[in-house]
Amino acid sequence: MEAFFQHLINGISLGSIYALIALGYTMVYGILQLINFAHSDVYMVGAFIGFYSARWLHVSDSPSYMNFFTVLIIAMVGCGILGFLIERLAYRPIRNAPKLNALITAIGVSLFLEYTGQIVFGPTPQVFPNILSDSIIFSTTSGGVRITRFDATILLTGVGLMIVLEYIIHKTKLGKAMRATSYNSQWASLMGIPVDTIISMTFVIGSALAAAGGILVGIKYPKIEPLMGIMIGLKAFIAAVLGGIGNLGGAVLGGIIMGVAEEFVVGYGAATYRDALAFGILIIILLFRPAGLLGHFSVEKV
Amino acid sequence: MINVKRTLVFPGLVLLACWGVGLIFPDLFNAYFQTLVIYSCINIILAVSLNLVNGFTGQFSIGHAGFMAAGAYMSAWLTMTFPHWAGPFLGINFFFNTIAGGLLAAAAGYGVGLPSLRLKGDYLAIVTLGFGEIIRVVLLNIDAVGGARGMYGIPKTASFGWAAGWVFICILTVSRLVNSTHGRAFLSVREDEIAAESVGINTTQYKVRAFVISSFFAGVAGAIFAHFLCYLNPNSFNFMKSIDVVVMVVLGGMGSISGSVVAAIIITLLPEALRPLQEITKLDFRMVIYSLTLIVLMLTKPQGLFGKLEVSDIWKKYVRRSS
Amino acid sequence: MGVLAFAFFALLMSGCTKNSSDGAASKELLVGEYGSMTGGEATFGQMTHQGIELAFKQANAAGGVKGKQLKLDSVDDEGKPEEAATAVTKLVTEDKVIAVLGEVASSRSLAAAPISQQYKVPMISPSSTNPKVTEVGDYIFRVCFIDPFQGTVMAKFAHDYLKVNKVAIMKDLKSDYSVGLSNYFKDTFEKMGGQIVSEETYVSNDIDFKAQLTSIKSTHPDAIFIPGYYTEVGLIARQARGLGMKMPLLGGDGWDSTKLYEIGKDAVMGSYFSNHYTTDTQDPTARNFIAAFQKEFGVVPDGLAAMGYDAAKVLIDALNRSKTLNSQDIRDAIASTKDYPGVTGKITINDLRNATKSAVVVQVEGDHNKFVTTINP
Repeated sequence: MEAFFQHLINGISLGSIYALIALGYTMVYGILQLINFAHSDVYMVGAFIGFYSARWLHVSDSPSYMNFFTVLIIAMVGCGILGFLIERLAYRPIRNAPKLNALITAIGVSLFLEYTGQIVFGPTPQVFPNILSDSIIFSTTSGGVRITRFDATILLTGVGLMIVLEYIIHKTKLGKAMRATSYNSQWASLMGIPVDTIISMTFVIGSALAAAGGILVGIKYPKIEPLMGIMIGLKAFIAAVLGGIGNLGGAVLGGIIMGVAEEFVVGYGAATYRDALAFGILIIILLFRPAGLLGHFSVEKV
Repeated sequence: MINVKRTLVFPGLVLLACWGVGLIFPDLFNAYFQTLVIYSCINIILAVSLNLVNGFTGQFSIGHAGFMAAGAYMSAWLTMTFPHWAGPFLGINFFFNTIAGGLLAAAAGYGVGLPSLRLKGDYLAIVTLGFGEIIRVVLLNIDAVGGARGMYGIPKTASFGWAAGWVFICILTVSRLVNSTHGRAFLSVREDEIAAESVGINTTQYKVRAFVISSFFAGVAGAIFAHFLCYLNPNSFNFMKSIDVVVMVVLGGMGSISGSVVAAIIITLLPEALRPLQEITKLDFRMVIYSLTLIVLMLTKPQGLFGKLEVSDIWKKYVRRSS
Repeated sequence: MGVLAFAFFALLMSGCTKNSSDGAASKELLVGEYGSMTGGEATFGQMTHQGIELAFKQANAAGGVKGKQLKLDSVDDEGKPEEAATAVTKLVTEDKVIAVLGEVASSRSLAAAPISQQYKVPMISPSSTNPKVTEVGDYIFRVCFIDPFQGTVMAKFAHDYLKVNKVAIMKDLKSDYSVGLSNYFKDTFEKMGGQIVSEETYVSNDIDFKAQLTSIKSTHPDAIFIPGYYTEVGLIARQARGLGMKMPLLGGDGWDSTKLYEIGKDAVMGSYFSNHYTTDTQDPTARNFIAAFQKEFGVVPDGLAAMGYDAAKVLIDALNRSKTLNSQDIRDAIASTKDYPGVTGKITINDLRNATKSAVVVQVEGDHNKFVTTINP
């Protein structure tokens, strides 16, 4: 029974990371109908920016919340810039091209980041700096169920960022413009919304969230390497689809469900099919409810 | 109009050129060169078959490696378990095992295609990707075919003759198909699916047909691969392999068979051609260059090298111009 | 487009016709190496490569072999078996190397060995542990243990030294090394009367293992055998300790790297693994190697680098002992290697073309490993 609760806690912790990354995918897809394959690599770059900036600030071995937040902010800003550049240089020119071309460009950017990362950062896994220390903040008497400080930090940071995002999307003018653009970009531009700027902002915000994901993962799983984004990116994307792509709440819901499902399947069944599970979920969702759990299906007008 | 004979002229010329080069530079026509040629043939079959789905029928399939794996493992398993079931000659066995591999792949294509082809664009892409990965993970778990340790000791029955023969059959099939009423249907599905439905074309059925035929040839390519490398490992059939084939199709021009042929050869040879660069700089820039090529290609010439034309069309254009 | 095609073929030709000089007659001895310099296992390939480079550099500084300088022809296989086969085909038929070094992963060695065998070019694998690799033919050798031996080593250690009876296994499904090692461990341990209470799997590059560990926890093992690579073991150990699992952890030579402790920190302290040598070693050969490697590349060598170094050294030694430089003689010289003082122990090539070496079991004690015991074949 204890194992069940531990699995649940593990699943939610994992799921909140998927959710953070899924938000970036869903935002970009909502506005551009583009699967930004490079998103998972922006996440990777975020983790590495954290690595190098902690070194540069000489805080690699001084755990404290202050250092954690500093590194987090630096990484988010850095990746925001990276996301902006990617959109500007690689995606804007092909905005009106056929979908498959955009997909391939995205794949190209993803591969470019990965392999350049291998050359620049080296392929050997690096140890993420110790900028936050772990401790158990809750444990049952037998030690069967534990919640650690890391889990709590990840959940709270994740939730905090999501709340900020919600605020931006629903309570600011920028958010309104973003929603309008995702509904129909042509109408939005007719209304005087600078669509190009809005799209750039979407990428910046999405990338910043990915960077946050990278830092949080770096803290909890201190091994980082240039190819770390691939699997987690794919699963986060599936989480976004599961929840309803284009829908922010869906991304969060999807992320949590993915995390928990994966945890339970691996814990109680065939761990070897872990990756296949993710795709299995995807296929089932797309076959039976392609709009996702919280999404709505739009009818294609002739 | 795609003329069957004309479509085969170009690949035929390429094969002749290889043979000729082999005569002039005998040192060149060694095992290394042969390896490259056979891998080119395998990739040509993969690219042309994928083009049927992605190019001519306008669907997004990026899980081709899964079908290749199905064909590879099926044929290899048959060869290893029943070495002489079709007679004493290994070659004949190879031929039938290749077909068996192709059939299993086609069945997988049917299984994947039927439910998924209702989906559009990006969604279909991700689903096919997912199926490709599922097939790979399943193979990793089946101990009878080796799992992570792989299947080794497969007899090397795939020679240039067999590979070239299957290339011929593949191109012939696809070009004849495209040049028929079925081909018209495929093109109509690509151009405007709703309009096609409204004039009575069962788009789902045609999409599935394209998918099944395409998967068959992917399986065949896998069988040739298995009997040439003589060793199979599920990790050879991952997402990256599927992406390689998609790149070949897009580079060559979706809707152009000749384009797929040329692009397949280029993509096969590119990593080898870039080796001198690696030796000079001591760093491996190949994948970086590969990815940059993708991006630049999409930005500058998204219709690929040939667009929707075949070599015969370009030939006609030049001939007409000069006369 | 025609221009493109032409430029392309020109580039290809230049790559192809470059090396038509034959290895033996020129002033250099060309030795081939194939490894995964890029891709998911790039770190293993690059480490091995650096070990080999160091060995060649030292040999060349000391005058080379038979008066000729050694030249390393290194080819990347991107971590793919088909590329490994192509790489070795190129090395053997195009570049005409006199010997081949490689590969780390048995899957890639198995793909490439038949080619090396077919063209009768001796091949030495530094770290492939699947017994099938050397069974390909009499030109294929290796300088490491094979899985059956190493699996047995840890099983013996667990049973006889630690005296535990219930062990859980956590293996990497994608790595043939890990699967092989765990199979042999299981066989031996069960034959000795022990019990495998749980067998969980993960996949290389995974970062979260809590699910599997939580399951293992509920079966109450006395120890956990994790025959994987240090890239994952550090995280697995941390997560196990985080779940309150305090039992000893056991592993194989895939653990050998400073990164193990860097990532795992306290979680891996006190854990045991079998290895070829220990960084705590007093053996001057090993100490010199570690110092030289650090000086040359700025990092501490891991187990793979040491194996690469030894494979290269065994080859160089064989080249020196060989009567001539034709492949048959080189092959025979390698086959008759006896008690060669390698960094990773005394290497003798036996009849099956595998290395007969003792294994040491070490205990992780911070950034160095403490010697615990030796287990002989």
